[in-house]
Amino acid sequence: MKIENVVCPFCGCLCDDIVVEVEDNRITAVTKTCSVSRSFFLHAHTGPAHPTVDGQEVEWPEALDVTARILADSASPLIYGLSSTASEAQRKAIALADLLGASIDSTSSVCHGPTTIGIQNQGEPTCTLGEVKHRADLVVFWGCNPAEAHVRHFARYSVSARGKLTPQGRKDRTVVVVDVRPTRSSRTADVFLQPRPGCDYEVLTAMRALLKGETSDVAEVGGVSVAQLVDLLERMKSCRFGVIFFGMGVTQTGGKYLNIAELLALVAELNAYTRFTTMPMRGHGNVAGADCTLTWQTGYPFAINFARGYPQYNPGEFTAVDLLARQEADAALIIASDPVAHFPRRAAQWLSQIPTIVLDPEVNLTAREARVVLPTAVYGVSAAGTAYRMDNVPLPLKKIVDSPQPTDEQVLDWIIERVKT
Amino acid sequence: MIGIINGEVYDPQNGINGEVRDIWIEDGKIASPPGLGGTGGGGTEGGQIIDAAGLVVMPGGVDIHSHIVGAKVNAGRKFRPEDHRDHVRSRTAYTRSGSGYTVPSTFMTGYGYAEMGYTTVMEAATAPLVARHTHEELDDTPMVDKGAFITMGNNHFIMKCIRDGQREKARHYVAWLLGASKGYAIKIVNPGGVENWKWGRNVGELDDEVIGFGVTPRQIVTTLAWINDELGLPHMPHIHGINLGQTGNARTTVETIEALEGHRAHLCHLQFLSYGGEPGKSIRSGAEQVARAVNEHPNVTIDVGQVVFGQATTMTSDGPLQYRLHQLSGNKWINDDVEGETGGGIVPMQYKRNNLINAVQWLIGLELFLLIDDPWQVFLTTDHPNAGPFFCYPQVIKLLMDREYRAEMLEGIHRRARKGTLLPEIDREYSLYEIAIVTRAGTARALGLQNKGHLGVGADADVTIYHKLDDKEAMFARPYLVLKDGQVVVRDGQIVREHQGRTLYVAPPYDPGIETDLRAHFEECYTVSFDNYPVAPEYLSRGEVIPCA
Repeated sequence: MKIENVVCPFCGCLCDDIVVEVEDNRITAVTKTCSVSRSFFLHAHTGPAHPTVDGQEVEWPEALDVTARILADSASPLIYGLSSTASEAQRKAIALADLLGASIDSTSSVCHGPTTIGIQNQGEPTCTLGEVKHRADLVVFWGCNPAEAHVRHFARYSVSARGKLTPQGRKDRTVVVVDVRPTRSSRTADVFLQPRPGCDYEVLTAMRALLKGETSDVAEVGGVSVAQLVDLLERMKSCRFGVIFFGMGVTQTGGKYLNIAELLALVAELNAYTRFTTMPMRGHGNVAGADCTLTWQTGYPFAINFARGYPQYNPGEFTAVDLLARQEADAALIIASDPVAHFPRRAAQWLSQIPTIVLDPEVNLTAREARVVLPTAVYGVSAAGTAYRMDNVPLPLKKIVDSPQPTDEQVLDWIIERVKT
Repeated sequence: MIGIINGEVYDPQNGINGEVRDIWIEDGKIASPPGLGGTGGGGTEGGQIIDAAGLVVMPGGVDIHSHIVGAKVNAGRKFRPEDHRDHVRSRTAYTRSGSGYTVPSTFMTGYGYAEMGYTTVMEAATAPLVARHTHEELDDTPMVDKGAFITMGNNHFIMKCIRDGQREKARHYVAWLLGASKGYAIKIVNPGGVENWKWGRNVGELDDEVIGFGVTPRQIVTTLAWINDELGLPHMPHIHGINLGQTGNARTTVETIEALEGHRAHLCHLQFLSYGGEPGKSIRSGAEQVARAVNEHPNVTIDVGQVVFGQATTMTSDGPLQYRLHQLSGNKWINDDVEGETGGGIVPMQYKRNNLINAVQWLIGLELFLLIDDPWQVFLTTDHPNAGPFFCYPQVIKLLMDREYRAEMLEGIHRRARKGTLLPEIDREYSLYEIAIVTRAGTARALGLQNKGHLGVGADADVTIYHKLDDKEAMFARPYLVLKDGQVVVRDGQIVREHQGRTLYVAPPYDPGIETDLRAHFEECYTVSFDNYPVAPEYLSRGEVIPCA
């Protein structure tokens, strides 16, 4: 059976034109997609069937009882992950955090958390990806490498995509890459600027000053010549519709949210000349959804704590890495994420010392260290749900094959029931 | 069966003006009195009697225009942590926690409306591309019945149809779009101006051209007004006109009313569109001119968007307006252009008594309330959170009902604003009957909600019971009881029971043949496929289709 217009839930592009072939409840072929997505679909359905407690296979009721006891006995539980599950499950996870008085944080805090803080300082002139496809004649990629990380971004949305005002695709656009090293993306660019590592803030500030008509008495800023900056600004001011996509090369380098606030300010100021917009390159398939659900239920997009009975927000205090590194969390529920593989050593070590519960289709590194492992279905493969694209456009994830595992949403419901009683 | 007995009832839809009546409820609906052979013939055994002697009984409040959920509201929440920090709500055994003042979280919004005696709220603007998001949030907005208006005033498919003279095709498209997005009404925001903003421009006159389409704001408004009547939609086209916030816009507002040529329409937050004076010059009230036009056009209803002094968050689909507010205020700015459909922006704002412009805006709102003769044509809103948060409605009610309070407030505003205002000469005070019209009966009627806004047999048993107090702000801020679908959900201004309200939407019939055109349109214009666009019914945990005429 051929299923068309399947949404790939893997990365923030959420391409929704994929064709998946299914035989005997198995995915046999995936076409019209990238290699990452193909591999994801072909291997997404191989996780364990039974929950485990302390490494031993148990039945669901027992695993859920142990889970509820750990969470109810915890004085300071942490719920973390969320970016690779559906918004339906995210909503339940927040309800559980509210009920427990827990901290809750998404993987945003280690990727585009600084973007959020930058937006809270400065605002964000943005648009949906279709506006880029149809209008943008100047596309800047700053500190990101979509050719490798968001493989179909160029073709579907930003570079070779043919739109109403860009009928010739690539030929109708000027592509600029700003990065500290050459990448596969920079090799396709018309203009490549290579600032010194950690100098994005200086470069952005210089650009704002030049835009305001200030003159420079130095020849270069942060490794980029002023002549290059003036040239880029001229292109920005004179384009029809410009966009800066940015990634962790600016959010997670020195200055963090200050880099982003500066970038956002520059984009806002360019609107005095022409239409200019910007967008973070969100990584995980539904990390934008995690921001959305947390925000509508609590008011804040990440780094939230309910210990006082109401939501409090404080990045640096209630962010998962900090709660773990300071050994404040005394139990953890990890949903669709692998912090042991990605967190700094001190945080990862503490996570393996406290009782940890993992909801995930796969046995990842975190699951290997966890007390309780609850294997769940894969949203977009063996469960239906909702995910938000990097531009916050929500898309429906399909159930393509059946699986014995329950969904994250179902499991969280069971946990909530047990914690309540 | 529940009886609310001996209450002083205000039910303008049924002509009841403060008479002592008993209201009976069965199965979530208003029922006939027991023992009269009506629906409630079984007597009151096992029932509950609420003695409302000395209390005021009204239908639950119905808000016709409020920004409570969806992409824009959520972006407003996300970028305003400073709005939330000091305004929190703790969880209880049966309610969720939340935070936010002008942009509260969804649960807090639902609770806040119910605690103010409101039981139905309409989300004022949703881009259809992100309607799925809106419905996810509506599902997390408890207590009230709700629905969402779908922005169409800058929609490429509609503008193409107008350009090609294909009104019928546009009609089928609108019908399809409302069903696909599970929307309640046609919303028009700055017709053509938002599309032009994508070129860094705007429109200023009804006959200006929309770039790339060769159509005009006038054509967009009249086509959608015609479609609305053809489809027999329960509500009217809900119009946010051109030039919002610009001095001199009273003229284009009156021209818009005249352009409708008798078609029904609702013009929203008209305070922001009733400015006199010359474009670019200082602001003056144009309320008299606009009120006169409304008085002369019974086909039109309006809501005011009354300014409340204090914090606000401006958020509209009117992209160029929001950029202007950003430049004027220097405050942080979100812009969000939506492919092929609309745009939007958000800018935090503070309205100050001693700011000349803000004081004039405040006066204009009150003048509209008091100069429009028929309360069935003018409704209470603050365009939440644009002119102030919704929970300030009781303060606005007091301004309307209490001339002395109005005079006292007038003393406190910018001196130059007081010069030349009509307000001191207007003696009119709203009665409780008129308040019931502008906050529930009139809004329900304008929305075409036949089971809302009144207490006749068969109506939804959404009832609010107030203490009768001299201080009308205190009276309306804290109802004694609120019943939703016949169950007590609020007592003494506090939630006592969580309730999941319905999501109301329309599903007018359309020619399925249009889907061929639509598939081509999606290939050409969107970055999502046609099949992934419609919102499935599963997104509405309690959906209800409101029939078209």
